[in-house]
Amino acid sequence: MRSALQHPIFSSLLFLLLWQGLSSLLVSPALPTPAEVFHELYGETASGQLPFHLWKTLQRLLLSFGLAMGLGSLIGIFLGRHEKLDRFFDNWLVIFLNIPALVTIILCYVWFGLTELAAISAVVANKLPNVVVTVREGARALDRDLLEMALAYRFGRWKTLRHVIWPQLFPYLIGAARTGIALTWKIILVVELLGRSNGMGYQLHLFFQMFNVAGILAYTIAFVLVIQCIETLILKPLDRHAKRWRR
Amino acid sequence: MSKIVIDIRKKTYPARHGSGEHVAIKNLRIELGAGEFVCLVGPSGCGKTTLLNLIAGLDRQFEGVIGTGAGVAPRIAYMFQNPRLLPWRTVRENIDLALPDSQYGGDVDHLLDVMGLAESQGQYPERLSLGMSRRVALVRAFAIQPTLLLMDEPFVSLDAPTARRVRQLLIRVWQERPHTVLFVTHDLREAITLADRLLFLSAPPTSLLHEVTVDIPRPAREDEAVVEAFRNRLITGHPEISELL
Repeated sequence: MRSALQHPIFSSLLFLLLWQGLSSLLVSPALPTPAEVFHELYGETASGQLPFHLWKTLQRLLLSFGLAMGLGSLIGIFLGRHEKLDRFFDNWLVIFLNIPALVTIILCYVWFGLTELAAISAVVANKLPNVVVTVREGARALDRDLLEMALAYRFGRWKTLRHVIWPQLFPYLIGAARTGIALTWKIILVVELLGRSNGMGYQLHLFFQMFNVAGILAYTIAFVLVIQCIETLILKPLDRHAKRWRR
Repeated sequence: MSKIVIDIRKKTYPARHGSGEHVAIKNLRIELGAGEFVCLVGPSGCGKTTLLNLIAGLDRQFEGVIGTGAGVAPRIAYMFQNPRLLPWRTVRENIDLALPDSQYGGDVDHLLDVMGLAESQGQYPERLSLGMSRRVALVRAFAIQPTLLLMDEPFVSLDAPTARRVRQLLIRVWQERPHTVLFVTHDLREAITLADRLLFLSAPPTSLLHEVTVDIPRPAREDEAVVEAFRNRLITGHPEISELL
């Protein structure tokens, strides 16, 4: 019985049950029942509306996430390996880390207009400092003994990068990716809400104006499912692969 | 193969806050004959590791020259104090990675066999004991077929029987394919067991203090009493050596 209680399905069922109980108690449009939400989810999916907007948002997510990870890794490695530059730019990083996401988004729209470019740059600018800080940690912690070994055995640049440096940075990159994906998609919704005419954020804004809570919850469920899939099907296996040599 | 000349006029470490400029090595000249096994003996902190790093090209900040008469750079293998294996690569991959492209495969299998590692070549280094990791590092060093093998107290902190076994393996492989060995140790018995020639180094600034040829035939060195007798003669003959150790 105890093991059954600990099963994840049980906790999900309990959650649905509570939701059902609360919504049938309140009987309010502010909290629709699970059945209503799933009906909405089905309707929106069948009409093609949800897949379209979800795909728009995912495209932005992948593009900005990729850009932020790539640029952030390069800058992070560079700063981690050059102590003087790192000390010089440290203040900049702290400033960028502390600028609220909303400010960057508004500024990007003001500077670049209500364009796709502005939207993507806003997300990248928000995520970039986080990646830089995490990867910089990794680059600072590179094992000197192993680098010397690679030098003594004439590994050369490419071999050293691939077999000595990359495996040490990989856990940091995965760490940055896992926190990054959760952060990025939340920012993207705000970006879309403020200045795009498609995507999840835009749809949520519409539902908000029409007071369609079922719609909001339906889109939320769809998106959470997609992000969870990315996490369990891509990031977690990568993480496990990186740790396979550990005792 | 030709002899290798190491001539270091001066190696200093720049002043750090709290301490002034530190002269690590001064006027140290060593000649290594082709295929010779030379042991460097000296107190800890006497700059032996610094010297090996200079020879291996890990540190180029010094005054002096290191080279062969022929002008061809020796192919150097370096066995560090700790094994320095890549934990995310298997034993076999660790060895193969060190090989120059032209020499892939080679006699790695034979070396693994000799060292008793054939079974473990698919393992990751973190699952090996220290003694095994040291043997892997030794195979890696031998596998690239060096003309000069640098060894920095490679058998320290191994238990006595394991250390003896690995030492015997070292000599066996060295005799199979002779090359110059520069072996750093602070253990005089170990040095006498292994070397053709002993070089005694002073405390910093390091220079050459004394030079002794070990004339015991190799088979006789298995006998600890012979090594012990040689050591006693050495220490009574040169009291300055016992001060170093």
